[in-house]
Amino acid sequence: MNANSDEPILRVEGLRKNFGSRAVCDDISFELWPGEVLAVVGESGAGKTSLLKCLSGQTPIDAGHAHYRNAQGREIDIAASDETLLKRLQRTEWGLIHQNPRDGLRFGVSAGANVGERLMALGARHYGNIRFEATDWLQRLEISGDRIDDLPSKFSGGMQQRLQIARNLVTKPRLVFMDEPTGGLDVSVQARLLDLLRVLVRDLGLAAVLVTHDLAVARLLGDRLLVMKDGKAVELGLVDQVLDDPQTPYAQLLVSSVLQI
Amino acid sequence: MIEGYNFAYLDEQTKRMIRRALLKAVAIPGYQVPFASREMPLPYGWGTGGIQVTAAIVGRSDVLKVIDQGADDTTNAVSIRRLFANTTDVATTERTEEATIIQTRHRIPEAALREGQIMVFQVPIPEPLRWLEPREAETRRMHAHADYSVMHVKLYEDVARFGHIATGYDYPVVVDGRYLMKPSPIPKFDNPKLDRSPALMLFGAGREKRIYAVPPYTAVRSLDFEDHPFRIEKWDESCALCGASDSFLDEIVVDDSNKRMFVCSDSDYCQTRRAHGHGPAAEAKPATATKDAAE
Ligand SMILES: Nc1ncnc2c1ncn2[C@@H]1O[C@H](COP(=O)(O)OP(=O)(O)OP(=O)(O)O)[C@@H](O)[C@H]1O
Ligand SMILES: [Mg+2]
Repeated sequence: MNANSDEPILRVEGLRKNFGSRAVCDDISFELWPGEVLAVVGESGAGKTSLLKCLSGQTPIDAGHAHYRNAQGREIDIAASDETLLKRLQRTEWGLIHQNPRDGLRFGVSAGANVGERLMALGARHYGNIRFEATDWLQRLEISGDRIDDLPSKFSGGMQQRLQIARNLVTKPRLVFMDEPTGGLDVSVQARLLDLLRVLVRDLGLAAVLVTHDLAVARLLGDRLLVMKDGKAVELGLVDQVLDDPQTPYAQLLVSSVLQI
Repeated sequence: MIEGYNFAYLDEQTKRMIRRALLKAVAIPGYQVPFASREMPLPYGWGTGGIQVTAAIVGRSDVLKVIDQGADDTTNAVSIRRLFANTTDVATTERTEEATIIQTRHRIPEAALREGQIMVFQVPIPEPLRWLEPREAETRRMHAHADYSVMHVKLYEDVARFGHIATGYDYPVVVDGRYLMKPSPIPKFDNPKLDRSPALMLFGAGREKRIYAVPPYTAVRSLDFEDHPFRIEKWDESCALCGASDSFLDEIVVDDSNKRMFVCSDSDYCQTRRAHGHGPAAEAKPATATKDAAE
């Protein structure tokens, strides 16, 4: 599937993020492989969102490295990249899915325009083709094609989240960063969205870093699991291994504190 | 000339400051250069940006033309022309060919411009991304990254809603393949005149304190889609006074019975044609012209 699937797509070494004198991400290291989903779990304030923002170039890294291997197989040092390059990656090879659709959608323009924007950012200039692709992606996310000209504000929360996903996946990114993608949704809506995400991630061979504090989400979508506490990585391993046989006291506490799935 | 004012109203320091901004604007085509806009003897919205640019560049040998919506004789054009007549003594003209500086609101003359001429545009809102992004810091960042896909989002919305690109004025352009620019509220009919023009184009926004420029022979491209290409307005009519079929036409009401006719918006162009013996086309059709008939 990927030309260089024998090399990690993301290589994180000793990553540190400070707010003031406090490290909210401290010495985080892991590798992410093409087609792999890394779930990041931990309690509120553990530093999950901060880590995601560092990796996706939305906030500066204070120490350590995060190397992204681009479509041409070249390693890019995210900490040392200028904003122009990071912005370009964000709208081409990466996807960014926010917990709150308000942060990831343009509410002033139609659903079709929301999905078409990334195509246009990549140079698509044929209206008919843009519209065709937008319709196709809305339908893949189970949004009826005849809603294409509606404003996102007319959509339910679950639909808005699916629209945000369509908007990101339309240009077939290689790496997707998701921050609590099912966070604000009702349980039944969550379940459907998770199913959809699982199928899409598999079909597109996406690599993803998925932040959640729901272990069920981690189990369903993740291949590997990173457990964070107070900015530190306390445990890293295959999802099933960590959830069924946690090694550290904190991970044991975390797993036992929720209903078994 | 009225005693007691400096040449062209502004003091020399201010004119130098504006000229420095203009030089930078010419060096970076389409880039908005901030400048310390001054209070002028007329309110914002009446061309204070254009007036400051004209004041900074006008010299004793210049010949000045001022138009408003294509006409030399509207109140705004007359009062700006008088301001400069009173404070500079430079010659003024209504003839496009004779002018060395043409200050304008909302039009570019029909007569082809030549090398050595300078157009000065009055700009109300210089920032093409403002409709989407109210934060100045953010629009500057978007310009820095040439992050302009939102402009196509706007055109997409036009086509989705109206079936064609409905933007008729201030139609967005990309200058020299780099900066997105608002050409001021000229009709899109005038956009092609910006492209590789032999004349220098200067834009001044007084309230927003921005200056930008299109140097001579610079590529200016109007944004569009392959399947909805940029097109200028077309009329079934020709000018009811001079018969021109290649100029931008205004529809005017001519009597109490709501009778209408189409005439050139560029009054000098129309008069010059009439002086050369052109008149109404043989049989004038009834006024049923529609803009964008091709769409
Ligand atoms: N901009 C900021 N300035 C200062 N401190 C911040 C900032 N953003 C986050 N923090 C702090 O960093 C720590 C980690 O926050 P972060 O948002 O990464 O946690 P999280 O794991 O995503 O939590 P949650 O599950 O609640 O979303 C918290 O203590 C938070 O207060
Ligand atoms: Mg968070």
